[in-house]
Amino acid sequence: MSETAPLLTVEDLSVEFRTRDGIVRAVDRVSFDVRWGETVGVVGESGSGKSVTALAIMGLLHPAGRVTDGRVIFRGVDLLAGGEGQRRRYRGRELSMIFQSPRTALNPIRPVGKQIEDVVRRHADLAGTRARDRALGLLAEVQIPDPGRSYQAYPFELSGGVCQRVMIAMAVACVPALLIADEPATGLDVTTQAAILDLLKQFAQERRMATLLISHDLAVIGERSDRIVVMHAGHVVEMARTAELFRAPRHPYTARLIASTPRPGATLGDLKPIPGGVPDLRGNLPPCRYRARCDRAIPACDEPPLPRVELTPGHTVACRVPL
Amino acid sequence: MLRMIGRRLAIATPGIIGVIVVTFLLNRALPGDPAAYFAGPAATRQAIEEIRVKLGLDRSLPEQFALFVRDLARGELGTSLTSGQPVLAELLARLPASLELTLCALLFAVAVALPLGILAAARPGSWIDHLTRVIVTAGNSLPIFFTGLLLVYVFYYLLGLAPPPLGRLDPFASAPRTVTGAYLIDSLLMGDPALFWASARQMILPTLTLGVAVLAPIARMTRAAMLGVLSSDFMRTARASGLSPATLLYVYALRNALLPVLTSLGGVFSFLLGVNVVVEKIFAWPGIGSYALEAVLASDYAPVQGYVLMMASLYVLLNLLIDVLYGVIDPRIRIET
Repeated sequence: MSETAPLLTVEDLSVEFRTRDGIVRAVDRVSFDVRWGETVGVVGESGSGKSVTALAIMGLLHPAGRVTDGRVIFRGVDLLAGGEGQRRRYRGRELSMIFQSPRTALNPIRPVGKQIEDVVRRHADLAGTRARDRALGLLAEVQIPDPGRSYQAYPFELSGGVCQRVMIAMAVACVPALLIADEPATGLDVTTQAAILDLLKQFAQERRMATLLISHDLAVIGERSDRIVVMHAGHVVEMARTAELFRAPRHPYTARLIASTPRPGATLGDLKPIPGGVPDLRGNLPPCRYRARCDRAIPACDEPPLPRVELTPGHTVACRVPL
Repeated sequence: MLRMIGRRLAIATPGIIGVIVVTFLLNRALPGDPAAYFAGPAATRQAIEEIRVKLGLDRSLPEQFALFVRDLARGELGTSLTSGQPVLAELLARLPASLELTLCALLFAVAVALPLGILAAARPGSWIDHLTRVIVTAGNSLPIFFTGLLLVYVFYYLLGLAPPPLGRLDPFASAPRTVTGAYLIDSLLMGDPALFWASARQMILPTLTLGVAVLAPIARMTRAAMLGVLSSDFMRTARASGLSPATLLYVYALRNALLPVLTSLGGVFSFLLGVNVVVEKIFAWPGIGSYALEAVLASDYAPVQGYVLMMASLYVLLNLLIDVLYGVIDPRIRIET
């Protein structure tokens, strides 16, 4: 496998949900890629399609959701074309995911050590005491004090931060090539957040593990990603290297997002909220889903298709009137 | 654990006291005069009065109640007027027949309903899901006496496959030596497969009758609990870890879904104890249900009181057992108690 080809390529991924009130087009022709060992941040408001994109990559969409179009190519293999059996072989072994609210994301009535051990047994061909030792080793690697005792503990006996460490241990148990972290630090207190994100970064660097870091918090993403994908209402609106995105955002939404993110030296009055909300994703939608919130819109914005322009190498924007 | 059991028993005590009071009063409120009944149709007024005094029925209600409680404290449930035997001994002699039947029915129902519920939840909308729905609806809407009579009619009268519904063994076979009182177990202990088969044949129809009645709630509860668990966050994590479908379904989902199922089993079991009365009547099963029914018809107070008390105690013990099992399955409950 050549390492110059991207590890993960998402191409024109579209996902729909059937609901009682009609079809929700949650993700629409989303494309981006993740190279070996790099950290890509995905940022956007709630409802922008970040998590749905991640779940679609993993093949873990809710039964009401359906991938209508697109390809997800991981290590040269189209995961969407293969069956569930094929995806199951990748999941947990080469492609892992950790979730928000770690305390409910772990089996409440199984000791956490056992849950790590289950993954090790499944993928690493270890059995008996060797699987147990590996699980204990992983608990130590994610810096949980007293692994022997934590092994026996149930999720309800552990703090949210420790549970998230357990989930990271499960995810990295088989040294995956890509880890998808969906709001890994949301809901934890600030110091724990930083510790969890540092831990992820450390694993990423030590094992050349690529990370898809998903968050609504641009500050978190900005500090820890090599590149950033900005999503709005199921569209990728802008994609660029981190420094470039902050220095010269080209999509009006990205600019607004940066202006609304707290930064050192700024007062509360300096923060500018973004007007409006994520539009209703049912029924007929304009080509540009940011149209109604945008102050730069021109009549041409209502004409399909939504353009996708590469302004400079590696910096694309989906806008007719970029900044 | 022991402390928890002690505490649960203490909590159950007021309930048992309530049962004692209510049974006593209900019995007294029943129509019919036991003294007249036992004196027979030809008895004189004086003979009836003599029997009334002998039975203590001439005393005031509080006095009768005090005597009843005093006997209870000594472990006496009184004497049956019809048979002249101590009620406790008679109940204990008949209890194994009822328990054997009830447990077999429960086992059958669980063995069918649990897999149905699991598969229905694992594949919503599939044929097995629809089949489960049909079975649940049918099980809920068939009255138990009807199922019983229908089974007897079809399998004994029409097809001749089942033995006549005349108790635990056909009249010419002799019962196994009593060890546990359950014929299926005792016959095996004696090493007598023919006897085991003979008693098993008698068990089949009443077991089906009871089992079909409780299949529905167990299957429904299993399906609902499994559906809830399967869509939970931790199942998504388990799937994201690439665990095998069998591990996902049985180790991760089922154990979590068992908690509500266990709760419903408690209700199912007490329901079974109640409907035993009907099924034992249909199949001439010599259990405590038919015993109590005959006693009620004869205005025989002591056996009815004894029966209700025994049921209440069984119910308390059963719920205790369920609480203990809860703790075994769910570590969170272990800590709280």
